[in-house]
Amino acid sequence: MELFTHLATGFGVALTPINLLHALIGALLGTLIGVLPGIGPVATIAMLLPTTYALQPVSALIMLAGIYYGAQYGGSTTAILVNMPGESSSVVTCLDGYQMARKGQAGTALATAALGSFFAGTCATLLVAAVSLPLSALALKFGPAEYFSLMVLGLIGAVVLAHGSLVKAIAMIVLGLLLGIVGTDVNSGVQRFDFGIPELSDGIGVVVVAMGMFGFAEIILNLESTEKREVIRTGLKGLWFTKEQFKLAAPAVLRGTAIGSVLGVLPGGGAMLSSFASYSVEKKLAKDPSQFGKGAIQGVAGPESANNAGAQTSFIPLLTLGIPENAVMAMMVGAMTIHNIQPGPQVMTSNPTLFWGLIASMWVGNLMLVVLNLPLIGIWIRLLTVPYRMLYPAILLFCGIGVYTVNNTSFDVMQTAFFGALGVLFAKLECEPAPLLLGFVLGPMMEENLRRALLLSRGDPTVFATRPISAGLLVAAILLVLVITLPNIRRQREEAFQEA
Amino acid sequence: MRSIRNPKDFWAGALFVAIGIATLVLGAKYTLGTAARMGPGYFPRILGILLIVLGGILAIRATRTDGAPVPRFHWRPTLVVLGSVVLFGAIVRTVGVALSTVILIVTASAASHEFKPREALVVGVLLAALAVGVFVIGLQLQLPIWPGQD
Repeated sequence: MELFTHLATGFGVALTPINLLHALIGALLGTLIGVLPGIGPVATIAMLLPTTYALQPVSALIMLAGIYYGAQYGGSTTAILVNMPGESSSVVTCLDGYQMARKGQAGTALATAALGSFFAGTCATLLVAAVSLPLSALALKFGPAEYFSLMVLGLIGAVVLAHGSLVKAIAMIVLGLLLGIVGTDVNSGVQRFDFGIPELSDGIGVVVVAMGMFGFAEIILNLESTEKREVIRTGLKGLWFTKEQFKLAAPAVLRGTAIGSVLGVLPGGGAMLSSFASYSVEKKLAKDPSQFGKGAIQGVAGPESANNAGAQTSFIPLLTLGIPENAVMAMMVGAMTIHNIQPGPQVMTSNPTLFWGLIASMWVGNLMLVVLNLPLIGIWIRLLTVPYRMLYPAILLFCGIGVYTVNNTSFDVMQTAFFGALGVLFAKLECEPAPLLLGFVLGPMMEENLRRALLLSRGDPTVFATRPISAGLLVAAILLVLVITLPNIRRQREEAFQEA
Repeated sequence: MRSIRNPKDFWAGALFVAIGIATLVLGAKYTLGTAARMGPGYFPRILGILLIVLGGILAIRATRTDGAPVPRFHWRPTLVVLGSVVLFGAIVRTVGVALSTVILIVTASAASHEFKPREALVVGVLLAALAVGVFVIGLQLQLPIWPGQD
C-alpha cells in the first residue's frame, strides 16, 4: 500500500523531537491566542507567523498547522464558557455549549468538543492522505486554461457558500485581485500601482492585509461597544459523560465528521460552513428538537466534530491544487511563500517529506490538543477573565512586532494600519474581508495563468470553453451563481444562516 | 433622482466604482497589449471595468431595495488604535523594544472607554519585559532593546 509507506514517511518526520516540539508550541500558542475573544484563526496565524521565520520550512508549517487547530479549539472553549465565539466556526457552539455550561455541565461540554474534534481530526487526516495522491496526479495534467477556470470556480464557490450579498462579495474578490497585483509585473518589469513608493515594488504582504483587516479592524470594532463578559467557572470538575449523553453524542460526532469532511473540501467551505450544516442536521434528526438551544449535547458534539473535520480537509485543495479555499488557507499560502514553498501539486513530488510530514502532523496536532487542553483548562479560564482593556493593547503589541519584523520596516506597519482602517470601513458597509483576502492571494496566479492560456491559444478566448476540463469548471461556476440567485434557494440559504 | 433606500449597499457600490475608475486612470499608462501578448495593463483594466460594473449594480439596486443605514464611525478607537501602532513602528528601531512597548501600550489603552492610566503603565512595563524576553532574547529577532543600540 503506497499510502501507508507515505504515511510512514510522514510520521517519521512529524514524530522527530524537534517537530513534535513545534507542533506542541503551535497548538499551545494557537489556543492561547484563540481563547482570547474577538481574535479568529486568520488574525492568530498572521500574528504568530513571525515566530516561525527562523524555523525549517517543515517545522514552520507543522507549527502553523498546530496554531490553526489550537486557535479553533480555543474558540470553542470561549464559546462554551463565555458565550462569545472566538471565530465564526464556533458561533453555533455557543448555542448549546454555553447552555450546557450554565446547567453545570461545562466540563462535559468541553470534553465532548475535545474528543469529538479528535475523532473527526483523525478521520479527516486519513481522508486528506488518501485523496491527495490521485488529486495531485490530476492537477499535474492541468494547463493554464484549466488552472484559470479552477480559480474562477474556487473564488465563486467561496462567495456563494458564504453569507451576505453576492455582488458585494464578488466585488471584494476583484478588489483583492487588484491589490494582489500591486508591485513589479513579472513579465514586463513594470511597477504597477506603486504610487512611486519603492517599498511597494515587491507588492503588498499577505500578513499586512490579513492583520489589518482581520486583526486591527476587529479590535477597533470591539472597542466601539462596552463589553460584558461573564465566565462560567463552575461544573468543570466532571469531564465525563453519562451513558445517555454518550449515546446522544456519539452518532452526532460521526455525522459531524462526515459532513465536515465533505464540506471542508468545497471551495469556500471549511470549518464555518461545516459547523452550521452539522447543527441544522442534528436539529432536524433529534427526537426532541426543542432541547436545542437549551443545552443539547448533540448541538456541541456535531458542529465541533464537523468544524474540525472541515478544518483538516480544507487543506486538500491547497496541498493538491495550490488553491486556497478560504481565508485561513490563504494565510497558509502566505506562510508557505515566506518559506519559499510554492503550494501546488508539485510539492508532493518535489518535497515529499514536507508534504507527508505536514499531513502526519495534523493528527499529532489534534492529539496534542486533547492531551493539553483538558488539563490546562484552568489557565485558559484565568486568561478569559482578563478584561479586554488590558488584552487588546497586548494583542496590538504582538501584531506590531509581527508586522514590523516581516521586513524590518515601519512602512509595513503603516500599511497594516491603512488596511485596518479599510477593514473598519468595509465592516460598516457590510462587505466581508474574507473574499478580498482570497482574491489577494490568487491575484498574481490568476493573471499569470490567464496570460499563459491566451498566449498558447494565440489570443483566442474560447480556449476556456473548448478545453473540456476548463469548460466543466466554468459551467460549474456559472451554475453556482445561477442556483444561488434562484429565489427559492436564496431564501433557504438565508434561513440556514438565520437558524444558526 | 431616486432616493437612496439602502445606504450600505449604495456607498459600498460608490466606493467600488471609484476604485474602478482610479484603476483605469492610474493604469492607463501601462501597455495594454493584445490578448495573445498581454501587457502589464491588460489584467488591471479587466479588473477595473469589473469593479465599475459590480459597484454600479450595487448602487443602482440600492435605490430600489431597502436596507439599514451605515452605522456611525467611532473615531476615537480607530485613530488611537491605528495611531499608536504606527507610532510604535516608527520608533521601535530608535528607542528600542522596551520603551516603545510601554509607549504603545499606554497610548493604545486610551482607546478604551475604561482607560486607567496607572494600570496601563503597569501592563506596559510587564509586557515590555515579556516582549524583550520572547522576541529579542527568545526568538532572536533583530531588534534593539534600549535606545541607541541600532
